[in-house]
Amino acid sequence: MADFIADISRYPLTLLIALYTYWNFRYFGVREEKRRRICGRQAFLMYLLHFLAYGVMFLQTQDWKLPVFYVVQAVFFWCYFACFRRFYPNRSHILVNNVCMLLCVGFIILARLSFEKAVRQFIIVVFSGAVTMVIPFIMDHIWQLGKIPWLYAILGLGLLLAVYSRGETSYGAQISLTVAGLSMQPSEFVKISFVFFTAAMFYRSTSRRQVLVTTAVAALHVLILAASKDLGSALIFFITYVFLLFAATSNWKYLGLGIGGACLASAASWAMFSHVRVRVMAWLDPWADIDNRGYQIAQSLFAIGTGGWFGMGLFKGLPNRIPVVEKDFVFSAISEELGALFAVCVLLICLGCFLQFLMIGCRMEAVFYKLIALGLGTQYIVQVFLTAGGATKFIPSTGVTLPFVSYGGSSILSTFILFSVIQGLYILKENQEEEERYEAEY
Amino acid sequence: MRLNIKRENKKEKRKPSPGEKMNKNMLGLGYGVVILFMCLMVYMVYFLTVQKEEIIGNPYNNPRLDKFSGQVERGRILGNDRTVLAETRTGENGEEIRVYPFGELFAHGVGYSTRGKTGLEALANFYLLSSHINPLSQAMARLSGRKSPGDWVVTTLDLKLQQAAAEALGDQRGAVVVMEPSTGRILAMVSKPGFDPNGVEADWESLVSEDGGQARLLNRAAQGLYPPGSVFKIVTVLAYIRQHPDDYDQFHFDCDGHFERGDYTIQCYHGNAHGSQDIFQAFANSCNGAFAAMGLELDPGRLLDTATGLLFGQDLPVDMAYTGSRFSMEREAGDWDIIQTSIGQGLTQMTPLHNALITAAIANNGVLMRPCLLDHVENGAGDVVKDFSPEVWGELMTPREAEILKTMMKQVVTEGTGSALRDADYTAAGKTGSAQFETGKDSHAWFTGFAPAEDPRIVVTVIVEEGGSGGQTAAPVARNIFDALLSTP
Repeated sequence: MADFIADISRYPLTLLIALYTYWNFRYFGVREEKRRRICGRQAFLMYLLHFLAYGVMFLQTQDWKLPVFYVVQAVFFWCYFACFRRFYPNRSHILVNNVCMLLCVGFIILARLSFEKAVRQFIIVVFSGAVTMVIPFIMDHIWQLGKIPWLYAILGLGLLLAVYSRGETSYGAQISLTVAGLSMQPSEFVKISFVFFTAAMFYRSTSRRQVLVTTAVAALHVLILAASKDLGSALIFFITYVFLLFAATSNWKYLGLGIGGACLASAASWAMFSHVRVRVMAWLDPWADIDNRGYQIAQSLFAIGTGGWFGMGLFKGLPNRIPVVEKDFVFSAISEELGALFAVCVLLICLGCFLQFLMIGCRMEAVFYKLIALGLGTQYIVQVFLTAGGATKFIPSTGVTLPFVSYGGSSILSTFILFSVIQGLYILKENQEEEERYEAEY
Repeated sequence: MRLNIKRENKKEKRKPSPGEKMNKNMLGLGYGVVILFMCLMVYMVYFLTVQKEEIIGNPYNNPRLDKFSGQVERGRILGNDRTVLAETRTGENGEEIRVYPFGELFAHGVGYSTRGKTGLEALANFYLLSSHINPLSQAMARLSGRKSPGDWVVTTLDLKLQQAAAEALGDQRGAVVVMEPSTGRILAMVSKPGFDPNGVEADWESLVSEDGGQARLLNRAAQGLYPPGSVFKIVTVLAYIRQHPDDYDQFHFDCDGHFERGDYTIQCYHGNAHGSQDIFQAFANSCNGAFAAMGLELDPGRLLDTATGLLFGQDLPVDMAYTGSRFSMEREAGDWDIIQTSIGQGLTQMTPLHNALITAAIANNGVLMRPCLLDHVENGAGDVVKDFSPEVWGELMTPREAEILKTMMKQVVTEGTGSALRDADYTAAGKTGSAQFETGKDSHAWFTGFAPAEDPRIVVTVIVEEGGSGGQTAAPVARNIFDALLSTP
């Protein structure tokens, strides 16, 4: 019976997330009053999906820890919504929804992969969610954020250098630093300071001299990351910078130079780094060395292929056969057990977030804020693309995580910061417009 | 005044503010990203509709596929005349047993599915665990807790030829591969000593622990590596024909039973002196001296390139588990290496299957058909779900080269070492080999050939371990198999 329910439940689960995704895009095409209603429905769908998935997992495992964990999570979601309702009446409902939906998918798949890791993830989520709640408030009250580019640069470069000199190595890359017993990945946070630095620099001026200086500092970021062999992050920084430079200067030459530079850099990294060669070879033909280099990507393809469109059902597949599944290959695990359609919906939700970031950026008047929205959006979406593309063998695997879904403390906290900053921009704008309406009325 | 304002308005329209321009840029970049995601999703659709089956059917994925066995009853494996080679029966207590009605006969080809999977059980695992009966019956089966019947796999294996091959080999250790050169279908595959797949679970300990060259689980036909001995002369002679396309028939050698070069000496089989030999006679009599001389005359790298072109040291176009051949030769190899390689001794090792592929290409005018064991897949109701039509893999040699080799192989039978096939009802062609592998032990006996020579229907490759002379031990085995198909009673 439990098997039958797991089997059947694949269809409503897919339907729920598909509806949610539909509303996520329908949102763009409707008026303000209707948007509220859409967001209300989305939250309902999210709760339903959460309940259904945990119900299936409980029936499969008969483990009472799962329903308890479910209730704790549901309470967290409720509190998260309530805090926003209480403190930020002018919030973007859809962004809050999307944060919760992605977290919900993450909680489902992590609890399936490893209950212990899901609990640790949950604790980090509660902490990060609470801490970053204050960010929109800060952004509404401190106006000097665009005036201190060098502080961001020194902070970012300092952290990266610390990792370079004292970091620990994992999977060929030097990315983590242990401070007071806690292991963290500073590059996740430097991403944000990097966007702030670039935005603040271009906010001041886009003269040739300013562009040169900014490019030099940005290149320094990328080079230190490359030297630490964290090439996934280096790539994300690089693309973000090129996007920001183009948007700020409207100069197509810079975009062309950026693409040319990327080609040169890929060739150089192929020549310099053996683990790049390994990954590219594994991408070109994973079957040639399926026992070693091709193992991870082959297992990932087996998982996605065997799962098919609707998945095997929760606890019905073997996602744990993929090495590092809970981080770099969480997309494959989702696809295997919840189905490729479900996984595609997750991608579309991420893409929807990115588009919402851009819309918010377009509404902002200050160039600094526009660039922040674009920069953070690019960081986010490039990461999503790299992880999903890597898991499906569309591009070589770069070893980055799916924000809000993959396991990992630094990733969660930095993504919370990222979304809170964007939320802050939205609230800033709404508050301002509200004031203007108020002034116009009286 | 009014005009002025209008002009200013126009000017503004032409030159958007920096903010607007930036918005345009941002939207442009946004579109770029959306297109990129579209590509990713189109690729995913392609992966899940076109590529999927081939990828997840990989034997490395069997642990995942086994998850299907909770809902699907493993399908049958059938011979090319629909004889049941493997089926799942449900016992009185509801437990499933995999039954192999022919026991040892198809052990290596069909394989087993307890204790891991081998042979067709591994190769066709995906199909056996897929169910293509109509969705309604599937849903009904699931609701009532029954399993859906898995698809049936119809193979290319031929009961009559398999039996003939197994009988012909008798109790000798060795292997036989029988193929249809025009389609690549593998009709029989025998490896001895064998085992009973029905008893794998019970006999496991003794099957894996036994020593002394028994290795009953090993499929010698596809995974047994043997020195090719004189059958490699097909490669040497082809290299020579390629170097002398117009005057290869001018080759001449006087054989006194020994061939000396510097400090090295080799001799013909049992020291026979063949006397004056042209290239056809040298091939028919398998004269080592002539081939050593031929090898030494070749341009550096010629033999290496020819062997590589015949898939030595390369991946074979085979889906089942196989072992690749071992071939190592320097482009600037020394005389001794050249001599050894030319007569198929030295470091070269190959499987009977690889040998059969080369022979099949010769029989099929130089074109190698991709070897296959699967004919089609059908659902429990007999509807074809998937058909495997013959596929060309590539041209191993030109039609002219194949024609010359065919003539030479015919002469092996009519005038040379293949005398065991001389008085058959049909004309056969082939090449024998007696490969030395360890001093003090008898050589491995090879025969690879095809019949009827004028219009080849089947290729037969035989190896008998420590069988002595290929002509005396292996060729008669091949004859029995040819007879089973071609002899008119």
